[in-house]
Formats: sequence, C-alpha cells, structure tokens
Amino acid sequence: MGADDLLALLPLLVIAAASVVVMLAVAFYRKHMLTVQLTLGGLAIAFISLFAVASVVPRKVTPLIIMDSYALFYMGLIFAASFVVTILSYGYIEGREGRQDEYYILLLLATLGSAVLVSSNHFASFFLGLQILSISLYVLIAYFRVSELGNEAGIKYLILAASSASFLLFGMALVYAQLGTMEFSLIAQRSTAADMRSALLLAGLILITVGAGFKLAVAPFHMWTPDVYEGAPAPVSAFIATVSKGAMLALLLRYFTLVDIRTFGPLFPVFTAIAIASMFTGNLLALFQDNIKRILAYSSIAHLGYMLVAFLASGALAVAAVSYYLIAYFVAILGAFGVITLMSGKVKDADTLDEFRGLAGRRPWLSGIFTAMLLSLAGIPLTAGFIGKFYIVTAGVGSALWLLVLVLAVNSAISLVYYLRIVAALYARSLAEEAVAAPHLSLAGGIVMAVLTLLLVWLGVYPSPFIRMLQTTVARLI
Amino acid sequence: MSYPILSTVIFLPIVGAIFIFLIKRTSETLIKWTALLLSLLTFALSLPLFTDFDKTTAGMQFRETADWIPAWGIKYALGVDGISVLFVLLSTLLAILCVTISWNSIKLKTKEFYAALLLIEGSMIGVFCSLDLFLFYIFWEAMLIPMYLLIGIWGGPNRIYAAIKFFLFTLVGSVLMLVGIIVLYLNTGRSFDILQMMATNYPYDLQVILFWAFFAAFAVKVPMFPVHTWLPDAHTEAPTAGSVILAGILIKMGAYGFLRFNMPILPEATKAMAPAMMVLSVIAIIYGAVICLGQTDLKRLIAYSSVSHMGFVTLGLFALNMQGLQGGILQMINHGVVTGALFLSVGVIYDRTHTRQIADYGGAASVLPVYAAFFMVFTLASIGLPATNGFIGEFLIILGGFTASKVLGTLSATGIILGAAYMLWLYQRVFFMEVNPKLQGYKDMDMREILTLVPLLILVFWIGVYPNTFLSFMDASVQNLINRVNTAGQPQTAQHIIEVIK
Repeated sequence: MGADDLLALLPLLVIAAASVVVMLAVAFYRKHMLTVQLTLGGLAIAFISLFAVASVVPRKVTPLIIMDSYALFYMGLIFAASFVVTILSYGYIEGREGRQDEYYILLLLATLGSAVLVSSNHFASFFLGLQILSISLYVLIAYFRVSELGNEAGIKYLILAASSASFLLFGMALVYAQLGTMEFSLIAQRSTAADMRSALLLAGLILITVGAGFKLAVAPFHMWTPDVYEGAPAPVSAFIATVSKGAMLALLLRYFTLVDIRTFGPLFPVFTAIAIASMFTGNLLALFQDNIKRILAYSSIAHLGYMLVAFLASGALAVAAVSYYLIAYFVAILGAFGVITLMSGKVKDADTLDEFRGLAGRRPWLSGIFTAMLLSLAGIPLTAGFIGKFYIVTAGVGSALWLLVLVLAVNSAISLVYYLRIVAALYARSLAEEAVAAPHLSLAGGIVMAVLTLLLVWLGVYPSPFIRMLQTTVARLI
Repeated sequence: MSYPILSTVIFLPIVGAIFIFLIKRTSETLIKWTALLLSLLTFALSLPLFTDFDKTTAGMQFRETADWIPAWGIKYALGVDGISVLFVLLSTLLAILCVTISWNSIKLKTKEFYAALLLIEGSMIGVFCSLDLFLFYIFWEAMLIPMYLLIGIWGGPNRIYAAIKFFLFTLVGSVLMLVGIIVLYLNTGRSFDILQMMATNYPYDLQVILFWAFFAAFAVKVPMFPVHTWLPDAHTEAPTAGSVILAGILIKMGAYGFLRFNMPILPEATKAMAPAMMVLSVIAIIYGAVICLGQTDLKRLIAYSSVSHMGFVTLGLFALNMQGLQGGILQMINHGVVTGALFLSVGVIYDRTHTRQIADYGGAASVLPVYAAFFMVFTLASIGLPATNGFIGEFLIILGGFTASKVLGTLSATGIILGAAYMLWLYQRVFFMEVNPKLQGYKDMDMREILTLVPLLILVFWIGVYPNTFLSFMDASVQNLINRVNTAGQPQTAQHIIEVIK
C-alpha cells in the first residue's frame, strides 16, 4: 500500500481518527461544546480532504475499497448531512438528562460506516460498512434511555436489522458459492456469462435485495420505519432518513450500473414491484397519520420508491437523476426534521400535528421554512424537489417505463394531501396561542435552517451548477 | 419601449410581494397602499402591450430570451401574440380591483394576503407569456401555492376542504401534463421551445396520447364537465379577491392551454378529438345552467354559471373555425370581466351582511339603489343582452358551433335561455320582492366600491358596442392557428365522426 493509496483513503481515515479523538477527549474532559466542535471539525476536515483526494481518483485501494469521483460525491453528501445533523443535535441534546458526549462518537462512527458503504467494491467492505452503520444506529436510536418509545424503537431496529443482515450474509454466500468472487466488478463480469445464471445466483441476489431493502425501508421491508422515526431522537431520525438510506442506495446504484438490471431475469420485475409497492404504501399510509415524524417516515418510503423508478431506468441519466433527487431529498428531509428538532422541548419531541397548529402566527419564519421543505418533498416547482422529480420522470420516460412513471404521477398527487395537511395546520388559526411555549431558537440552528432553505431554492431555481457537477462526477460511473 | 415589458410585468408584483412581506405587520395602511401602488404600476407598465402591439402579424412579440438551464436546453423565453396579450392586460387590471375590493374586508394577516395576491398576479402573467414549456409549467404550478393559501386562510367556513380539493384536482392534472411535457421534450430533440414544437409534426398516435395528457391539466382548470366539481367549492369558500382571480384569470388558463398547446402543437389529434370536446362543452353548458336553477347560495350560483359559460368558451374553441375561435377567446375575456364583476358585487354586499344565502336577501333595490343598478348591468351582460359584451361572445360562439355541428349549436343555444332564467330569477329574489328586514339600514356603495366596478362596467359596454378594438388584436393569430390545424393531415376516423354528428 503506497502513499497514494493512503491519500486516497484520507476521508475515511479522517473520520475514523475524528471518532477516536472525540472518544479520548470525552474520556479526559467532558464538555458538550468541545465535543461538538471536535466532531464538526472532523467532518469539515474530511469534507475538505475530498478535494485533495480528487487528484488521485479513480483508484482501487485493496480489493475492498474503490475511490472514484462517484464515491467522493456521495461522501461529500454524507459528510455535509452529518455536519447538519451534528449542529441540530447540539441544541437538541443540550439540557437533556443523561450523558451527552458519547452521542457524537456514535454519529461519527455511523458516518464512517456510510462512507465505507459508498466506496465499497467488495462484499466484505459492504458488510463491514453496513454493520458499523447499523450498530451505531442501534444505540443512537435508543440514546435517551428514559424515553419508552426510544427503547422500543431501538430494540425493533436491532432485531430487524440483525435478521436482515443475516439474509444479506446468506445471499452473499450463495453468490460467492456460484461465482467464486466477492468483488463487485468481477461479480458483474462473471454473472453476465449465461451459464452462470443459475437459480442459486438469483436466490443470492434476491436475498441481498431483501437485506438492502430493509436498510432502504422500501415496501415490503418498511414496517420498522414509522416506529423507529417516531421513537428515535429527531436528529437521529433525520440521519437514518438521509445518510443511512442514501449510502445504501448509492451502493446499489454502483452495483447495478455494472450489471444491467434489465437483462437480469426476474430481478427487474422484482424491483418494479418494490418501487410500486413503496410508492403506494408510503403515500397511502401517510394519509392516516397524525404524527409528523410518522408522516415523514411514510413519505420517505414513498420517496425511495420514486428513486427506484430512475434507478430502474438505468444509464447515465438515471445515475444523475437519482443523485440529484437524493440531494434534493437530503436537503428537504434534513430541513423538515430540523424544524421538528428546533421545536422540540427538553422532554418530548414536538411531533404531533396539534403542536404545529398555528405555528405561522408564533414563528412565521420557521413555518415558512417548514412549508418550503414540505413543498419540496411534494415536488412543487421552484423547489429542489421539483427538479428532482423532473429528472426522475425524464429518466423514466427516456427508458419507456410507462407503468412506473404513471404510478409516480398518481402518487405525487396523493402525497400532496398529507403535505398540505401539515401546511394547513401551520397556517390554521391557533387554538391556544400560549398553549405551547416555543423553545428558544439557537443561532446555529437558525443559520443551518436558513442555509438549507437557500440551498433548496437554489437547487430548484438555478440547478445548472449542480447538474454540471453531477455530470462530471457521478455520471462518470458509466 | 426601453424596458423588458414582460419580465417587468411578471416580476414587479413578485418582487413587490417579497417587499410587502418585509413590512411590519402592524402598519396595515402602508401594506395596503404599497399593494395598490404596485398593482397600479404593473398595470401602467403593461399598457404598452396594448398600444404598441403590432396587429398585423401572428408572430410572437415583445420577446425576451436567455439561457436558463443549458444542460437540459431550458430557456427563459417570453413573448405574447394576439391570443395571449389580452389576458396579460386583463390580469393586470383585475389585480388592481382585487386589491381595492379587499381594502376593508381582509383584517386577518393582511400582509400575507396582499403578498399572496401579488404572487398570484406575477405567476399568472408568467403563464400567459412563457414560450418555454418548462418555464410555463413552473409558473403554472407556482401559482397554486399562493392560491391555496388564499382560499385556505382567508376563505369561508369550509375553506380547508375547498382549498385541498382545488389543489388536488389541479395537481393530478398537472402531473399528467408534466409527463406529457417530458414526452414532448424527448420527441423534440430535447428542447422545450414552444415555437419549435408548433413547427414540428409529431406522429398521430403520439399526438393523441399527448392530447389527453394536456387535456388532463387544462380540462381541470377550465373546468370541463366531468372534472368541474372543485370549482363550486373553491369559488364559494374563497374570499372575494380569490373568487375574482379564480373566475377572472385562473380558469382562463385552461382554455388558453388548449389554444397554445393542444391546437398548434397537436393539430391532428385536436381535429380528431374536437367532436368529443364539443359534446363535453355542450353538456357543461346545459348541466351547469340547470344546476344554477337549484342553488340557494349566491356565490355557488355564480360558480356554476361559470361552468356553463366556460362550456361556451370550449365549444367555440373546438369548433375550430374563425367565428368560434374568436368568439371563444373574446368570451374568455368577457367571462373574466362579467363574472369578475359579479363576484366583486357579491363581495360588496357580503361585506355588509356576511351572508351568501339568497333567502336572506330581498328588496335590496330599494335599500341599495346604486348597487342594484350595477348588478343589473352585470346580470344582463352575463345573460348576453345585445349591446353588452356577453352578446358578442355568445353570438360568435353559437355561430361557430352551428357551423361545425348543427345539433350541438342548437343545443348550446338553450344554455342562453336557461342562463336568462337563473340570472333574472336570482336578480328578482335578491333585489325585488318584499324588503327583507335584515337588509334595513345598510349603506349603499361608497366611492371605493364604485370605482372598483366602474372599469368593468366600461369594458362591458366597450366590448359590447365596439368589439373590434379587441377582436383586431387576435385576427392574425387566430387565422394562423386555424391554418395550422387545417393543414395538418386529416385522420379518416375523425372525419367520419364529424360527418356522423353533423
């Protein structure tokens, strides 16, 4: 392993080092502010190191890791999202009962796991990254042990994640048994040979799909999502909805651009069915929720369904479309959970519709931001979500996936009903003005929300720079 | 002309809305005057469109073009022709009246109200001026949010239901149109240029699919017969200004969409589908009018009359001949003026009585004589009495409809009889008969209200007596449109259907 290899691994090394530094710092000197600053510093340095690494990519470092512009792009996205989650977490955790600092170690580890996922080129690194991510999340979800919902969510996630990991392992074993390799590029190469396409390989791939589907929370592997989102602390829910899902999707996308999914027997119909089921399940069930975290959970199931549409379209346009949609989705989900985080009191998260009723009267800016985020999730023009949806439909139409495109169209109309329910509640005449004492808004939280909103509008109004960036990074994957 | 007129007229209200948002909530007077001045200024700045418009050409004028998202071939392209220019002017005019009529009636969240109003104005004008399909769609959808808030915050008791229904119906249509737009985009060599699309001949099968995709969006907006049910709710619950915008401009955008997209871009499909569209139109005319006879709510009655009147508009458009098209476009303007005026008038009396039930009125003519006179004029214009604008529009439409199909032309004429019945009956119940004791003591219209209605009164007679001022704007463009539709290949089956209906 030469110097260039180490340089290529720099982002991963920085994050890993940051988690150790934070751990040591916590051991000797416990101060919430310092821990947060170290965490943010680590994430920032890792983000900056991406630019340094850009000169040596694409580069395969050991058979496990591949550092290319695709991986760098997704790492950037993950680090930026973790940065936002960290800032939101500070205001959320400050003043709560219990230990505060270990949270950030876990957050950094989860980030590391996600970063490994997006750069993995091998079943070993795939599983390694996934487990680093999952194990950190078990604890993060149940971090505040006084919360009953949190404990329930943590255990639920633990059991389901563990069983899905076993599906994944079994699937990997079957694929290995058939093809004799665990490297993605070799798997892709060998599985295109006709004589290799046995039932064994197919069973392996389907089992892997089950394992990945759990992480993505697509139907029918979505059962855990609403409970976990509701029970977990709001910033952690944001992390699960964005970083954890995004990393897994990036990995799938990398794998399936190597193997054309359309030529792969029953895999294409399976994914089509998953996409359609996710869209309908997510949107229809969201209609019946009164808890905003649960609504967002169901909506994220549907959003993954939308992304699968572009995913199935395959080709350079599809990779760019999924990536753009993912950026838009990250911004909007982080923003929406950010509002919930900022509104939350010291004991319980503010997550029922009633707590948001008439918010516009009390906090016009915050409710304006929340509205913008929801409209983006609904895909209304002038927000990032619209350009993302447009990108996805273009990819779908370009590959003539008529059924999926029509289902998407119908679903984006259905989804509007529950987004508008929240918006209507925000602008409703408040029942009791003073009933809910709005917590003090931290400056950092305010700045983060403002930046996310500006980004949301920028992505929606003038997406050219982002499109160019995607064309020079992720689209190179092909 | 030294400034980019169209961009100015679109973005002055939008920037103004942001400016209003920054004013302190408590200074209501400042907010109202800013909104009024902005809408007056926008109107004044849009006047060169009226005076400098070249009526001899069918091409796009006052064009502006700039790159927007070059990676996808999306341009910021604006322009107006004889069909769209009048709607821009109508929008800037009605926006002023919406501000003045709301002067005293909106007391809650004044700032947001006027900001939303101006946002709607800007994006509506954007819809009429866009020459890039992507830009068009952005404006088309962007308008929904302030409109949703307008109904949902300042509306009547059932406002949330009405607002969501409005948004949902419109969005279902729009999303299908979005898919259509993308299909069109991929079939036009990845370009959203509307003018280029108008010059391209698409395969017939593709045209038919696209026709229905666009139909989904436009028919909901118009609204045409089976998808009209959002309109009565939205109209009834919306505040006066919201109803005026809905009736005056917003529902015209659907018919405008047919004119701008379906007809010139998909001419063969348009020809093939025209009989079906005409049948739907006639159903809307008669159905809407019959429903009107049973209404007990003032605004609901006028809302259903809109369904009937818009049926006339689409009948004229899909007759696909000179009289029909000109009559249809003129009737769009007329309906904007007259129904806008009727909603404004209902707003005037609603501010006093706070009831929309017809049964709560009676004998208003002796209590509010000036008001009764204004309402009479607009009632007669709505019926289509000669010398008012309604007569010209409906006459041309029935002429055009009759030329296209004798049966449908004749049936549509019964709509006028029914229209006279429900409007006159309404007038009788509200203004004549015994004076309802509840009405005693109300003041007649003040100067602000009179000034709000006078411009529309002038337009009613101007168009009624000398329609050529307005028809001359559209001559060249309509002729061009008819040529485009007629020179397209004639599918056998469609021709056959037309023969049968005749």
